[in-house]
Amino acid sequence: MPEPGSNRAPETGAFFQRDRLWHPTALTPAYKSSVLRSPQKALLSFDNTLSELTGPVFGHAMLGELDNDLIHNFATPGESAIGERIIVHGRVLDERGKGVPGVLLEFWQANAGGRYRHKKDGYLAPLDPNFGGCGRTITGDDGGYAFRTVRPGPYPWPNGPNDWRPAHIHFSVFGKGFAQRLITQMYFEGDPLIWRCPIVGGISDKAAIEALIATLDMQSTIPMDALAYKFDIVLRGRRSTLFENRPEGN
Amino acid sequence: MAQSLDRLKESPSQTAGPYVHIGLTPNFCGIGGVYESDLGSCMVNGETRGERIELRIRVFDGAGAPLKDALIEIWQADASGFYNSPAELRGAADPNFLGWGRQPTDMETGACLFQTIKPGRVPFRDGRLMAPHITLWIVARGINIGLHTRLYFSDEEKANGEDPILARIEHRLRVPTLIAERQGDTYVFDVHLQGDKETVFFDS
Ligand SMILES: [Fe+3]
Repeated sequence: MPEPGSNRAPETGAFFQRDRLWHPTALTPAYKSSVLRSPQKALLSFDNTLSELTGPVFGHAMLGELDNDLIHNFATPGESAIGERIIVHGRVLDERGKGVPGVLLEFWQANAGGRYRHKKDGYLAPLDPNFGGCGRTITGDDGGYAFRTVRPGPYPWPNGPNDWRPAHIHFSVFGKGFAQRLITQMYFEGDPLIWRCPIVGGISDKAAIEALIATLDMQSTIPMDALAYKFDIVLRGRRSTLFENRPEGN
Repeated sequence: MAQSLDRLKESPSQTAGPYVHIGLTPNFCGIGGVYESDLGSCMVNGETRGERIELRIRVFDGAGAPLKDALIEIWQADASGFYNSPAELRGAADPNFLGWGRQPTDMETGACLFQTIKPGRVPFRDGRLMAPHITLWIVARGINIGLHTRLYFSDEEKANGEDPILARIEHRLRVPTLIAERQGDTYVFDVHLQGDKETVFFDS
């Protein structure tokens, strides 16, 4: 099967090993939910097989017209979500710096007041009748993507006696192989809550935290309409298969 | 100083959090009208080739309670052992089977059900056949980086016995943590995040 929308041969090399010290470790006791939900035994390491090298790929045909517009995709026609209008855009790259086309991105977030449309969210901030909080898109030929939303509010959460999440958008990313599957969160430049958050604090390297902070991008704003934030996402890259030893039938 | 290798670092993972349903299964959590249906909720149609099976999966925390807010994705080969993926170069997979599914755990019981087909065998890197298996990926509040593991089948004893991945598990008592038990057409698979029965999770 060729890559959708291209005649490039698909890449099939094994993925670079995950740097588990760059990611948050499984157990981060300041984030209390991790205490009973973190595996404690060593992971089983092995070089990727076809089961990890392959993965589902989704075509643009699955997307609805408003899927990348959270301001309108849940709103009553003619109305729109309340809040600071923003565009979030960027590229999905691999570790070798190449844009990755055809990547399904799904995102979800609280509304401008910091409230999620979910029966388990009991925060006092009101629901916005015109805001659902989910969207999705697929990256273009250069790995680029963009969507429109409102800036989510920060919210308190039951962890320590007074913990607040910085404003954030959750991202789910599909690469081309299932071993690239990733969920992360995007934060906003200049938010002082980032550095007080026990979930963010599970990442030990400051440079890794900074890799999750979107930059205000004045060049991409729409005057009198929306501010813009740029957020690039990096997926595991593949080793070159040039010198790989591949027995027949594999 | 030597030259830089000039590689980027993978974006660090962050937990999917307690509201992962909003993004990945919005219809399930009452956000209707945005997407027609939840992606990955239906894996087979009338034309899909292969033996129909059901997977009943639960995920238990270190206190022995099932997670009621987790989300599980599965990825598998078709009945002939082909993946429906551009990186599958050996042949064409069943066009009526993507091989990928996504389900939330039930908010009351913690059980997660997949209606799928039994996968065929897929070759390991050296060409030997692996036993039939399904790759699992589990995310939830409290899980900082998605957990990868595999589900193998209890009625594939011979194939399991020669599987090169199962063979790598040093502590043989842990091998059964990857084997789902067949009960009729249902395979029951309990994932344990911690404790004596901790499932073998992968770094691959
Ligand atoms: Fe959140």
